[in-house]
Amino acid sequence: MRLITLSQAVNEAIAEEMRLDSSVFLIGEDVAEAGTPFKITSGLVEEFGTERVIDTPISEPGFMGLAVGAAMTGSRPIVDIMFGDFLFLIMDQLCNQAAKAHYMSGGKLNVPLVVRTNLGATRRSAAQHSQSLHALVSHIPGLKVAMPSSAYEAKGLLKTAIRDDNPVVIFEDKLMYQDKADVPEDEYLIPFGEAAVLQEGNQVTLIGTSSMRQVCEEAALILSDEKISVEIIDPRTLVPLDEKTILNSAKKTGRVIVVDEGHQNFGVTAEIASRISEKAFYYLDAPVIRMGAMDVPVPFSPVLEDLTVPTAEKVASNARKIVAGELVHEL
Amino acid sequence: MAKKINTNSESYLKMYSQMVKIRSFEDQANQLYLDAKMPGLTHMYSGEEAVAVGICEALTVKDKITSTHRGHGHCVAKGAELKQMFCELLGKEEGYCRGKGGSMHIADQSNGNLGANAIVGGSMGIATGSALRAKLNGDSDVTVCFFGDGATAQGLLYEVMNMAALWNLPVIYACENNGYSEYTATDEIAAGDILDRARAFGIEAHKVDGQDVLAVNKLATDLVARARKGEGPFFIELITYRYHGHHVGDINRTYYRSKEEEEDWKKNKDPIKILGDWLVSEKIASDDELQIIRDDIAAEAHVAVQYALEASYPNSNEVDMHVYMETT
Ligand SMILES: Cc1ncc(C[n+]2csc(CCOP(=O)(O)OP(=O)(O)O)c2C)c(N)n1
Ligand SMILES: [Mg+2]
Repeated sequence: MRLITLSQAVNEAIAEEMRLDSSVFLIGEDVAEAGTPFKITSGLVEEFGTERVIDTPISEPGFMGLAVGAAMTGSRPIVDIMFGDFLFLIMDQLCNQAAKAHYMSGGKLNVPLVVRTNLGATRRSAAQHSQSLHALVSHIPGLKVAMPSSAYEAKGLLKTAIRDDNPVVIFEDKLMYQDKADVPEDEYLIPFGEAAVLQEGNQVTLIGTSSMRQVCEEAALILSDEKISVEIIDPRTLVPLDEKTILNSAKKTGRVIVVDEGHQNFGVTAEIASRISEKAFYYLDAPVIRMGAMDVPVPFSPVLEDLTVPTAEKVASNARKIVAGELVHEL
Repeated sequence: MAKKINTNSESYLKMYSQMVKIRSFEDQANQLYLDAKMPGLTHMYSGEEAVAVGICEALTVKDKITSTHRGHGHCVAKGAELKQMFCELLGKEEGYCRGKGGSMHIADQSNGNLGANAIVGGSMGIATGSALRAKLNGDSDVTVCFFGDGATAQGLLYEVMNMAALWNLPVIYACENNGYSEYTATDEIAAGDILDRARAFGIEAHKVDGQDVLAVNKLATDLVARARKGEGPFFIELITYRYHGHHVGDINRTYYRSKEEEEDWKKNKDPIKILGDWLVSEKIASDDELQIIRDDIAAEAHVAVQYALEASYPNSNEVDMHVYMETT
């Protein structure tokens, strides 16, 4: 093992898959010489040339469309969408075209492409550069959605995504690009639909996606001082979702808090909470608590922005309440 | 330099002051970033002042503009006050957007600025829609849509230019061609001639030296007047240059742009210097008088920054205010 950044992990995953499979190419704005504004793809153009590391004009719907067509006819494009917020520009090509081609053709066409993008607020980038829009694409049948929570997951999930025969959207937390984690030297893949149980416990389950895994881990530290036994689960992929691991944990602890950085309304926390409520209701000792981002556009001012995301303190406080049998929401 | 145009010394000096005001604002903003006093990043307008000022001086308060991620210059040029602008940059309550927008959304709405947009090309529909409203209501205002050379790659531009041309809308598309789209030279990502794209829709298109504020102003004054009479839309490509990196954090940039090129623009094509030299040669102002203008504005910017640094942040209960308009 060695410690590498999430950014390096992504770079390695792309490079390894490009070496293995000549049909893989990377396309997006400033991905070549500049290596993206986050310097994630630096070095790739030197190794693979401008034919396979393609800088585009600022034409997201256009190059997304090209990727769909190329994927349909034999390529495996990796599309770089610089900020998750720009997903709104590619919605037709992603959701009406890529997601549906296999089904509409009765299984005759398929679109093996990856959209790499990011999520995450608190970077002081205001409402159009801070959104976490993974729930939006998770809603569309035909798309798979991966949510790496560290450098280790980022590499393993991206490699799986590139080999998948379906369109996959992978969201990296833009605040974690410089965070380091242990990543094996040897090749590994992380299968889709397998959640990670990061810590075992029996009083309360914290389910945290992507950036919120760290928040759950910090909350667990706070709670361990109070002798509250916490189980932490990282779903790793939303579609497919590892329901089994989630339900087993819910049945064991009887109390669950779902934490995710997307907006809370109609979001990922709602989906996971309702599956638990439907399928593990009689095992529960408390209502499943949802903790998403506040339902407001992300404000610029730091004093406001910090209020919009779930924090370890708030997670710990809710966990404390449900373990004590107190209500989180008034009746 | 353009021939003396049909205006008076006062308006030349106003253009000079406005350009200096933008430069002073940006110098202070850059310093705030370097001192780690400003949250996030910001895109400097320094070097491009003649574009915003030349155009906005051809507009009235009622005329509208839409701005970009590189929007401080448009905001000043359309009449904003530095205090409220610095407050916005620092996320303070007295900012033009109550601290909710920050650098990329800074706009003084009361002067007809419909907003700075962090989505490249995101305001093209808004500007054209504003012009549609003017036509439908019989209003006489004109809307100017500012965007960069990189933004010409967005398909939206071609959809709205088609409609603007079909319906003769009073909109002026102002393409600020600073040669770069982030870290890539425009030549590498724009096929053909940008002006031809507008002409394909039958839109009258002009190219102008964006460092020559009088040339910009003369052209804009003419086109605005004609747009008011229903002869729009128009397209202008303004050749200009950004002095800083793409944003304040883009420091090591020789891999995409040489130091010599930057120096050449700063030394030989600076819009403030070009107008200043002309004002002196035409005896409209002396070097000393121009120095006083620059010093006064720099002092004003300094006071505004200090004010903003001291100003208070919004109250936490503002966080979920303004998501929806309260209808009474
Ligand atoms: C839709 C969209 N794609 C990409 C970006 C990232 N981005 C911000 S500015 C920029 C370059 C814009 O170039 P140009 O339009 O020439 O404006 P300039 O920065 O040169 O003023 C890019 C790619 C964005 N903000 N929005
Ligand atoms: Mg540009």
